[in-house]
Amino acid sequence: MSKKMPATPLLDQLESGPWPSFVTGLKRLANSKDARAGDQVKSLLGQLELSYETRKGYWKGGTVGVFGYGAGVIPRFSEVADKYPESAEFHTLRIMPAPAFFYDTKSLRDICDVWEEHGSGLIALHGQSGDIMLQGCTTDQVQKAWDKINAMGFDMGGAGAGIRTSAACVGPARCEHACYDTLTAMKTIIDDFVDDIHRPSLPYKAKFKFSGCANDCSNATQRSDYAIFGTWRDDMVVNQDEIKAKVAQLGRKEFINQVIRMCPTQALALNDDDTLDVDNKSCVRCMHCINVCTKALSPGNDRGITIRVGGKRTLKIGDLMGTVVVPFMKLDTEEDYEALLELAHRFLDFFADNALEHERTGEMIERIGLANYLEGLDLPLDLNMISQPRTNSYVRLDGWDEEARKWSERQTNAAE
Amino acid sequence: MSELRRPIESGVPDSKNFMHPMLVKNYGQWAWHDRPQPGVLRHVAKNGDTIYTVKAGSQRQLDVFAIREICDIADEFCEGYIRFTVRSSMEFMTTDETKVAPLIKRLEAAGYPVGGTGNSVGLISHTQGWLHCDIPGTDASGVVKALMDELFHEFKHEEMPNRVKITTSCCQINCGGQGDIAINVQHTKPPVINHDLVSMICERPTVVARCPVAAIRPAVVNGKPTLEVDEKKCVCCGACYPPCPPMQINDPINSKIAIWVGGKHSSTRSKPAFHKLVVAGLPNNAPRWPEVAEVVKQILAAYKQDARPWERMNEWIGRIGWPRFFEMTGLPFTKYHIDNWRGGRSNLNASTHLHF
Repeated sequence: MSKKMPATPLLDQLESGPWPSFVTGLKRLANSKDARAGDQVKSLLGQLELSYETRKGYWKGGTVGVFGYGAGVIPRFSEVADKYPESAEFHTLRIMPAPAFFYDTKSLRDICDVWEEHGSGLIALHGQSGDIMLQGCTTDQVQKAWDKINAMGFDMGGAGAGIRTSAACVGPARCEHACYDTLTAMKTIIDDFVDDIHRPSLPYKAKFKFSGCANDCSNATQRSDYAIFGTWRDDMVVNQDEIKAKVAQLGRKEFINQVIRMCPTQALALNDDDTLDVDNKSCVRCMHCINVCTKALSPGNDRGITIRVGGKRTLKIGDLMGTVVVPFMKLDTEEDYEALLELAHRFLDFFADNALEHERTGEMIERIGLANYLEGLDLPLDLNMISQPRTNSYVRLDGWDEEARKWSERQTNAAE
Repeated sequence: MSELRRPIESGVPDSKNFMHPMLVKNYGQWAWHDRPQPGVLRHVAKNGDTIYTVKAGSQRQLDVFAIREICDIADEFCEGYIRFTVRSSMEFMTTDETKVAPLIKRLEAAGYPVGGTGNSVGLISHTQGWLHCDIPGTDASGVVKALMDELFHEFKHEEMPNRVKITTSCCQINCGGQGDIAINVQHTKPPVINHDLVSMICERPTVVARCPVAAIRPAVVNGKPTLEVDEKKCVCCGACYPPCPPMQINDPINSKIAIWVGGKHSSTRSKPAFHKLVVAGLPNNAPRWPEVAEVVKQILAAYKQDARPWERMNEWIGRIGWPRFFEMTGLPFTKYHIDNWRGGRSNLNASTHLHF
């Protein structure tokens, strides 16, 4: 005999309105034929209603895992299990989807079948890091569910002080703006770091994210420690006939308002014959004009990546944006990918060796200074790393001559 | 004991195994795209191949029955493929233009609104909240459901000056990201400490180190080693609560909601920007958070009315100035808006550029 549906007058108010309701979904699970999962979700609904009533959360962590891995299961034990015993254990399995969240329906259905058999049937697509979140597993079912998911070709995601699950924009799969292969780059890096995902042993979490251009559709800028963006070095590609068509479509005034005036570096002008004049030396690859004129304008052909390091959310010193550490790197050939992997390992090795406990990469750089970070990683200085030179004189400059000589030497070498 | 299976450390699956064949065929060969109507994208490859994407919102917390229905739709219209966005919208792709209208009809009949493209209000990205988090100050899925009901029209239409990205966060230290509008918990009282439990549960030096303002110190209460908080220094951020659950920060009345605006990840036009505090002290009013919805709608109305095409929230405010923003939204300006955190001086007006 299955459990009675709890009264949920507050949650019921989230079933009205046009947006799809997760409460309705939870009730579908609670009413499912499978008595075990049904009771578990009825119990969950009871606890959630209590949270809505008292405005408090009732989950605590613990230690639950799968054989061979030190992370990837998020244990959840209820603090009100006496009242809601069937959802006393409600653990999450974090599973890594394919880059850019592509699925075939067979895999999704198979995941559902496993989660119906071994879990509550509740799945978040996706968590903030980019995991498939299989929520609602009892401790005794975790390994069984995992064995089946793993056999399907899916691997567990990150948690704790290790490398986390990553995210990529749709990239070259369906976007003409992608300046590098975000999907292959993500797979290459993440596959190489599976050990650090599954056995966390870093000072704190570390995230990679991959966006194919400055539009940053994967939200890499402030949501990843190591953010990789697509860009180009040569001139952007202009189809003047299509520019004329766009001018005709928008009208001259609106074309000037929406394209020319919105260029952040005043690198654009409209010629008298309605063609576009581009000052490519002033262009900062921001993507705005390309976004507006997708038929007429494209990124250049000499494409590659920019790496920005140190983005993170508030804890502990405040929010930080990733800043430029590698202005440009090619990412086409196998050698290019090897160079990226080698660099990624240098980033992580330095982080492991130098960050304090619970310190993110950005905070470490804030503490030691970017110049020391670059020296530690053996990365060359570049003017694209700063928005302006220092504005205060509290600095020892007795190494100036030597540093100036190094710069000239590098300039000469680069010229040769 | 039965033999334990060693995991297959396969990493991330290859996306090409899960992609519509048209995407595999034209991988890296796309030429341009446009939006024939709100909720629909058309991508055209250099060889003329075309694929239509219909974008639909989801509840993110999906039950297996919902996922199977979504799969049925993808099987019927999209050759069995589907993609999700980073903000939990669903993308259904087809090469057949004649399938677009019936696909939209089918999705909306199943309760999944089509929209979220271009200059619309996209699906609010959200966290776990009371449903599953161990430290939440509020719920996430409920807040998003309540707000998306209110912003339904703006999801389905492209009437905003540019895209609007809204985020939520159930605590103030971690999960939620930057957004044009960010709806975040903001605690207003120091943690309430259960001194009987601290020494049993918490690694005290770790907790002391976690505090951003060094307000926590070791103490002895009733003969037991514990921690105490200098309440004058405490900024009520809740950073001590995850490593030390007996330092309860969540409070049904004093954990409030704050709204921040002008966050932006992209480097498009302007450089990326952090969101800025505009309103605090809103009640954590489950199940529908009407006070939050009211302020969000006020801000969106002003932006929609006044911003120029392509201006994101922070770019619009950058042009009109903060005095005009507060005037247009009717929100109060307080001493708490003045940044006093390290580096905060750069947020003061060091010029005679004034708005009247």
